[in-house]
Amino acid sequence: MEETMTTIPIEHGLILAGILFCLGLVGVLTRRNIIFVLMSLEIMLNAAGLAFIVAGAAWGQAEGQVMFIMILTLAAAEVAVGLGLIIQVYRRYHTVDINVLSQMKG
Amino acid sequence: MLWLMPTLPALGFLILVLTAGSLPKRAVAVIGAGSVGLSFLVAALAAVAFLNSGEDAVIQTLWTWMAVGNFTPGFTLYLDGLSLVMILIITGVGFLIHLYSTGFMIDDPSYSRFFSYMNLFVAAMLILVLADNLVLLYLGWEGVGLCSYLLIGFWYDKPENGYAARKAFVVTRVGDTSMAIGLFLLFAQLGTLNIQDLLVAAEMQWAVGSTLPVVTALLLLGGAVGKSAQLPLQTWLPDAMAGPTPISALIHAATMVTAGVYLIARTHILFELAPSVQLLVAWIGLITLLMAGFTALTQHDIKRILAYSTISQIGYMFLGLGVGAWSASIFHLMTHAFFKALLFLAAGTVILSLHHEHDIFKMGGKRKQLPVAFLSFLIGSLALAAFPFTSGFFSKDEILLAALEMEGPGVWLWLGGVIGAFFTGIYSFRLVFVVFFGESKAHHDDKEQAGWVMAGPLYLLMLLSLLGGFISIPVDSVFSPGEAPEEHHVSALIHGIMIAVPLIGIGLSYLFYGSKTLSVEKLMAGSFAQGLHRFWFSGWGMDALYRTVFITPFLWLARINRNDFVDACYAGIVQLTRAGNALIVRSQTGMLRWYALSLAAGLVLLVTLGVLL
Amino acid sequence: MIVLFYLAAAIAVIATVAVILQTNIVHALIYLILSLLAIAVVFYVMGAPFAAVLEAIVYAGAIMVLFLFVIMMLNLGQHSRDQERSWLNPRIWIAPGLMAGLLLVQLLSVIGQLDPGNEISRVDVMAVSGLLFGPYVLAVELASILLLAGLVSAYHLAKK
Repeated sequence: MEETMTTIPIEHGLILAGILFCLGLVGVLTRRNIIFVLMSLEIMLNAAGLAFIVAGAAWGQAEGQVMFIMILTLAAAEVAVGLGLIIQVYRRYHTVDINVLSQMKG
Repeated sequence: MLWLMPTLPALGFLILVLTAGSLPKRAVAVIGAGSVGLSFLVAALAAVAFLNSGEDAVIQTLWTWMAVGNFTPGFTLYLDGLSLVMILIITGVGFLIHLYSTGFMIDDPSYSRFFSYMNLFVAAMLILVLADNLVLLYLGWEGVGLCSYLLIGFWYDKPENGYAARKAFVVTRVGDTSMAIGLFLLFAQLGTLNIQDLLVAAEMQWAVGSTLPVVTALLLLGGAVGKSAQLPLQTWLPDAMAGPTPISALIHAATMVTAGVYLIARTHILFELAPSVQLLVAWIGLITLLMAGFTALTQHDIKRILAYSTISQIGYMFLGLGVGAWSASIFHLMTHAFFKALLFLAAGTVILSLHHEHDIFKMGGKRKQLPVAFLSFLIGSLALAAFPFTSGFFSKDEILLAALEMEGPGVWLWLGGVIGAFFTGIYSFRLVFVVFFGESKAHHDDKEQAGWVMAGPLYLLMLLSLLGGFISIPVDSVFSPGEAPEEHHVSALIHGIMIAVPLIGIGLSYLFYGSKTLSVEKLMAGSFAQGLHRFWFSGWGMDALYRTVFITPFLWLARINRNDFVDACYAGIVQLTRAGNALIVRSQTGMLRWYALSLAAGLVLLVTLGVLL
Repeated sequence: MIVLFYLAAAIAVIATVAVILQTNIVHALIYLILSLLAIAVVFYVMGAPFAAVLEAIVYAGAIMVLFLFVIMMLNLGQHSRDQERSWLNPRIWIAPGLMAGLLLVQLLSVIGQLDPGNEISRVDVMAVSGLLFGPYVLAVELASILLLAGLVSAYHLAKK
């Protein structure tokens, strides 16, 4: 097993992370439903985590995974808070359209 | 003792200002007229002492005014023959006029203010003529300009009086600026402004006819024509008649307007060093003389006739200065002060008695009604027209003879002066005949207002106008030191012409206005005559000319700058900032997606830069 | 192994594309879970089994379930599906697509410039936990405080 593992190029892993990140970015920018935006953010965070894991594997150090754990924790906390806010928004505006949040106009 | 002369009226001014109308009218009259009277006494005593001492000049230094590097003018008073004549005129005639005004202005509510201004004027004028250096002279010069403004606009509740005062001030300012530049030039070139030192240095350093004396003389001439109301700055004097009649007598006949003549006489060496400018002085005098004479012929306001005649007579003085007849000009200055003050004060009596009527064609036949005024006008006009053996006759003749003796254009100057004398005779007696002879037009029942304070000065001035020609003034030592006075040798024909011409003028005037043998209406019938009359009446169009050339463009400039171009620049900056703000605020849509988009855009940009650079 | 890697990578990408293109929100969530699981496989292939398991349990298991709970609570029905369809017109893809495309191109070019060939080595749990209890113990504590803060704020913010 060790031999076959070594033939996967690092660059491909990073490329995968890059693609996922850009897809998540597109999702954040285009979707109008807040929940979709939050999901796209999760995609981006995940892509970043992937990059870290790949780097950790490349250097053979465990810091990559440690960093991934931190990111995971961060994502969890952020999702919790974000969803709480979404619930409040829904209660007030009765819609999940992101465009209603425009009181800071001007 | 010299310092007392300007100080006494100055003290009078201070007292009247500080008490500001709270004194009773009698006290004001005593202080106002009395200070000038005391000043006259001091002047008389100074005159006696000076003439007896036989010195050329007396100098009294009061203090050093300022000390800046080489420039140390002092408050120094200088008495010589010329300034002696001037101070006697100023304080003497001034005192008579002050005395007259105590009666004339008795009903005016601003009695105290009037006398405070008059006293300030006398003080400033005395400083002007007693000044040892040109800086002090300029102080007096500006002081009399200020008092002229204050007194012309004395009845300030009428806006046209304020306008006339402003006009006088602005026009003389033009002259004052020219004179100031002249002073700067003199100091820069000669290093001193002390008059006597200056004249000596100029004579030594400057060649006759070179640029420097020509330029300085021209600049000083500018100041002189402004103050003395000669061409081209003569437009202010007729309008200055808006002020009370005593000040027209004092300022605009006897003293302030002669300041220009005094200046040129004082700095006569500079003018001798620039013969072209001196000739220019003569020509200015001649042209002004004729212009004013023609204009006086068409006027119907009694004071304006006298104003134009003043301009004309000062033209004679300038003519005299221009041909080098310094003493004759000063002599004419003195006699003019006598008879012009007399005429103005008499006009004041007429105006006051007829309840402020100014139009001569609304008077008529007032001979019996206003006897004192009639006598004053008769004698004054005889002197003005240079009737033989009046004071005016002697002085005018001296000037004209000096003009004749000059080479080159002297004959033309003489001829012009004679023509001017002809017209002087006509217009002065036109006034007398229209006002005092003929049918009585209006104001049949007005009594003459001539108490002793008003009649007394009139009688005294009448005497001086008749006999003043026999006074010999001690100015020869100033103008031609060490030389014997010249005699004029001219033929009897010339003398005859000069005597006859004014008489012919008087006779013509009698025919038109006295006996009405010849008709003025027939003369004025043609359209050419009417056009000429209008042209002369408007002062040869000078007011209109100045309005078109100077006033209208200036007002236009002020109008287009009403929105203050500089302010517009600052407002423009503000507007630019506001517009920029409006533009940028558009990016704050408050929409989350927009912010996310801009975040992403910024990120992409940075990464691009990172990749590229 | 290599095949597994590429297969999982393809699934992840396709599922992610499906997420961002979906109108039905629950379907999108399912696709996202699928994508996350595929990434977990990738982690395993990359020699990080602990991370793979954590991804599956925490990310796909807890966080996505949280999403699901909220979606169910908001009770967005058919009406929201139509709304989504109307919001998702082709015109809005242009600018974000351009920007993301540009970013992708740059990332790819940068990655392309890397020196090739560090070999992938397996990092097992012992190493990771050794680090977590060793040098990075403070980070762990901070993470737990962060979670506490998240907990408190989520409770507070979602209150009526």
